Amino acid sequence: MNIYDIVFYLFAAITVLSAFFVVTTRNIVYSAYYLLFTFFGVAGIYVLLGADFIAMVQLIVYVGGILILILFGVMLTNKITSVEIKTGSVQVVPAAVGVALLAGILMASMVDTKWRSVETAMPSATTQGIGMLLIQQYAIVFELLGILLLIALIGAASMARK
Amino acid sequence: MNIPIEYYLILSGFMFLVGVAGVLTRRNAIIVFMSIELMLNSANLSLVTFSSYMGNSTGQLFVFFVMTVAAAEAAVGLAIILAMFRNKLTLNIDDINILKW
Repeated sequence: MNIYDIVFYLFAAITVLSAFFVVTTRNIVYSAYYLLFTFFGVAGIYVLLGADFIAMVQLIVYVGGILILILFGVMLTNKITSVEIKTGSVQVVPAAVGVALLAGILMASMVDTKWRSVETAMPSATTQGIGMLLIQQYAIVFELLGILLLIALIGAASMARK
Repeated sequence: MNIPIEYYLILSGFMFLVGVAGVLTRRNAIIVFMSIELMLNSANLSLVTFSSYMGNSTGQLFVFFVMTVAAAEAAVGLAIILAMFRNKLTLNIDDINILKW
């Protein structure tokens, strides 16, 4: 049990437990806060996998952007003092059957596949490689994503203001 | 790097299944939205795992693309949710059925 195992189990436990609570807790505000811990745990796993740039982007975009948007959505659509903020769940049995079926498929395909892994040394910084790919091989995708973000910005603003 | 790749995949699969369960059982539009974010995150985790175990950073680039699309989706989705709440005064997705006939 070296330090990598301990870090992995720590962040995996944070991720699994908070993901479970996001879906099961009755209060939407608590769900949003548990989602914060899920994103944080996934960022820790990214660091463990040697993806430093992606871990930072995860913290900045998800925790700093999307989660704040979701909290705004919760606060704008619910009254804190009313019972409306607590919501129940329905159709538990069919959903459980579907989820169990999907879990079986995922498990079978994972066990069935021969995973190939390259023995890598301690990973170095990934930013340069990603940057090179982004401006050479995937430059068109990068530009298209910029246009997509602009369209989403205009669409969201025009939808929300009337 | 002596943790087997299966551990990461099981973690990612569990997150995806929790997201599916949330979409299927919860009726509040914002919780459904959060569950979709969970599923996107689990797909990202798989991509980073494969990228790291293959020694190839293209997977991390695709995670970057997925995050961009997720940000656009969050902005537009929450704008739709707010517009819906203004019109119907509810977020229960069983009551929002104006596209059905």
